[in-house]
Amino acid sequence: MDIIDQISARQMKTSVAEFSVGDTVRIDVKVVEGKRERIQAFQGTVIQRKGRGIGETFTVRKTSQGVGVERVFPLHSPNLAGIKVLRRGKVRRAKLYYLRDLKGKAARITEKKDRGR
Amino acid sequence: MIGLIGRKIGMSQIFDEEGALVPVSVIAAGPCPVVQVKTEKKDGYNAVQIGFDMVRPTRAKLPALGHFRKANLPPYRFLQEFRVDNPEEFSPGQLIDVSIFKDIAALDVSGKSKGKGFQGVMKRHGFGGGRKTHGSHSHRIPGSIGMAAYPGKVLKGQKMPGRTGHNVVHVSNLKIVEVDTDNNLLLVKGAVPGARNTVLRLTTSRRKI
Repeated sequence: MDIIDQISARQMKTSVAEFSVGDTVRIDVKVVEGKRERIQAFQGTVIQRKGRGIGETFTVRKTSQGVGVERVFPLHSPNLAGIKVLRRGKVRRAKLYYLRDLKGKAARITEKKDRGR
Repeated sequence: MIGLIGRKIGMSQIFDEEGALVPVSVIAAGPCPVVQVKTEKKDGYNAVQIGFDMVRPTRAKLPALGHFRKANLPPYRFLQEFRVDNPEEFSPGQLIDVSIFKDIAALDVSGKSKGKGFQGVMKRHGFGGGRKTHGSHSHRIPGSIGMAAYPGKVLKGQKMPGRTGHNVVHVSNLKIVEVDTDNNLLLVKGAVPGARNTVLRLTTSRRKI
């Protein structure tokens, strides 16, 4: 294995929740306040996933009190306590930047129907 | 202070204790054998010469072979000299590895930068260039390169287009993120000169933190 892959493999998570662009997720983020550590949740739609290896990131967008908020998370960050997929979205784009120009009813994403197995 | 010779492996990112992603350069450094110890008495100054990257003896030049034979070593491709205050602590054949950087916070790194080929003055010297619009025809040209009948010549050192890059670049005060003595690897924060496989000269940072 390549030396750089070996170095990043040490810190990469072995199992990450499977999610893709368009999904609604809840991210549990570790927040350190002074000496105390607590978990803060951030819930929204995944609008992009980019990068690979240890530098892979994803962006979650939500609307908070009428204001759009986006947060970029490194997928393998030790500060991510958990990723929970709440809803699978059906989208036809890899990056949902168009959501930035929409709000309310127009910014909805249809749910992906499970094709019975 | 003794240093080391290394090779740039590439760049990556690593999470620190706070969970922040830190950009790191990976350097494969040493182990380098001491080839020659220079002393004030014999050579006029105190220094240690070390080698890096072994060569097959059949591939080395004869004068080089003779130089390495004095230290009872196979030939090495690269030699570097480091000024030291205590030459008596080193002897030819002694191996120096990354553990010398174990308790050190930062490094100074030198190496050949990537060659950029023939470049204009904007890229090569950071000139501003001319106006892009309003009928201007001088977009990236250097402009005037001198005065008139006096001095009647272009002054020496005038910045002009030409070959860019591939010169020795020094980067100082790169924080050491990790020292891996088992694999002879060094991780430093930030970029180091050159492309992958560039040979680098590594020394303890002279800057006070």
